Amino acid sequence: MLSYFFKRLGLAAAIVSVAMFLLFCMIYLIPGDPASVALGPRATEEMRAALREKMGLNQPVLVQFWNFYIGAWTGDLGDEVLSGRPVTTVVFEQLPYTLALIVGGITWSVALGIPLGCWAAVSRGSWADRIVGILSVAVIAVPSFVIAIYALLIFSVELRWLPAIGAGEPGDLGDQLRHLILPSLAVGLGWVGYIARMVRASMLEVLEASHIRTARAFGLPDRTITYRYALSIAILPTVTLLGVGIGQMLSSAVFAEIVFARPGVGKLVYDAILTRNFPIVTGTVLITTVLFVLLNLLADLIIGALDPRVRSNF
Amino acid sequence: MSEAIFNPAPGRLAELWRPIRKILREPLGALGLFLVLLVIFGAVFADLLTGWDPTKINPRDRFQGPNPTHLMGTDQLGRDLFARVLYGGRIALFVALVSTGVSLVIGIILGLIAGYGPRWLDNLLILLFDAMKSFPTVMLALALVTLMGPSLTAVMVVIVLVTVPGYARIIRTQTIALKTSEYVTAAQSMGASSARILRLHILPNVIGPLVILASMDIPVVIGIEAGMSFLGLGVRPPTPSWGSILNDGFTNIRDTAWIAIAGGVPIIITTLGFTFLGETLRDVFDPRLKGR
Repeated sequence: MLSYFFKRLGLAAAIVSVAMFLLFCMIYLIPGDPASVALGPRATEEMRAALREKMGLNQPVLVQFWNFYIGAWTGDLGDEVLSGRPVTTVVFEQLPYTLALIVGGITWSVALGIPLGCWAAVSRGSWADRIVGILSVAVIAVPSFVIAIYALLIFSVELRWLPAIGAGEPGDLGDQLRHLILPSLAVGLGWVGYIARMVRASMLEVLEASHIRTARAFGLPDRTITYRYALSIAILPTVTLLGVGIGQMLSSAVFAEIVFARPGVGKLVYDAILTRNFPIVTGTVLITTVLFVLLNLLADLIIGALDPRVRSNF
Repeated sequence: MSEAIFNPAPGRLAELWRPIRKILREPLGALGLFLVLLVIFGAVFADLLTGWDPTKINPRDRFQGPNPTHLMGTDQLGRDLFARVLYGGRIALFVALVSTGVSLVIGIILGLIAGYGPRWLDNLLILLFDAMKSFPTVMLALALVTLMGPSLTAVMVVIVLVTVPGYARIIRTQTIALKTSEYVTAAQSMGASSARILRLHILPNVIGPLVILASMDIPVVIGIEAGMSFLGLGVRPPTPSWGSILNDGFTNIRDTAWIAIAGGVPIIITTLGFTFLGETLRDVFDPRLKGR
């Protein structure tokens, strides 16, 4: 387990390093230099030169990359253009809102996806199974921002059941949760489909297994067999699925934050683009990427701990 | 004798017809095909289906609901929404076709190199694909668009960057599986060059699953274009795109729901259509891919 842990950790570090290199290449190879992007078209040549100096854009490319690389590993992603605050601080202020949204999305997807998948597997081949199958495909297909807008339109604007804007009063947990319902539904609905399909497939596999047959032979009630013995094994692949899914949920969260005017990383980047606050954009991309890689690592480690076969095949 | 007349040898038309019949036999596949054809039809014959100019501003007629003159109503500037939806379909399909095509070509080349080339190159490319996949799509898109400026080209670059790793990986896996097969060894021993082996012996055998995967990716691609345009980072106004119509609908959501409906429904129809069709294609032609 320990050697698997270190190998997997090394791979994650390599992926993050390459991702940083790619991000650096993108910034410096694409036409348009960050100083002009930050200052906008009306800046004078002197202002541009001064900012270039300050951002270290006059140094040789390799030195710039080295500084960027070392800075990133030590948590220094530069300062914001307007206020001069460290980018890391600004991003970490917003991150909890986005994480809450993603946890909400996971809650929706697990709470709906596992029972639906289980139900479909138990009633295999029936009309219920078919409907769950079609619904799963449908919610996967439709982009999350369309779901977000229609959720806003139906539940906030027309029915007025739930609030449309913001993250709720600070300190008032109930209010914050009420503000979380719709955005997290938009984030998680697509994953209801993925999880339902995954649980259905692995349930069908597990229900054929010999220990389930033995349990049947012992005359245990169907209910106990399905929920206690089969489901507890069949939901394991969901962990990996969620590890991969968090990256996509992060993308959906950007839209959900903009549609519901919630604070968060997505809103931060979007506003940074409009104000050309370039260090914020790259900083957020990097931090969310590292987060994504770490969560994938975590999912792999959990699976590795639960299933020895994964460890030996790595 | 009579059998020969009633069952003529399968011609080219029959060859083409057979897969379509297989799809039509599945209700979901038939529905998917119908929706896809509907969208293509609307986009191709946009100028015949509506007399309205999608960019013509007419403030006096703004915020109308659906009526005989404006089939889907009008937006905040009085532009005909039906015309905007039809012409928006052209943008969506254009972006989907061009970027998927480019991405397939790059993915095939990189996948063949990774699968057939030396081990170190394979490892390097795999690391590169994993790193590309580790960027959250929308974050990557936002960063790129900030640098390149909002345009359709930027959107297509994003789509290519996002989809290439997946295509390259599947080609790589299949190439590695075929690399040691007997007919490839035979070709090698007869002195065929690597380029010839890849082109004639490996490519035709690995391309099938890729086409199916690409068709299943089309809804994702259309979603990215609409999403970027929704954020105002894709097509520039006044060019109609489903995403920008949806954005107009979002901005004016308290005045009328019709703009949001006009922008969202085509996105739903198209993504559902392509997904149902893609799933059926996969089940009918390559059940091995199931669960991907």
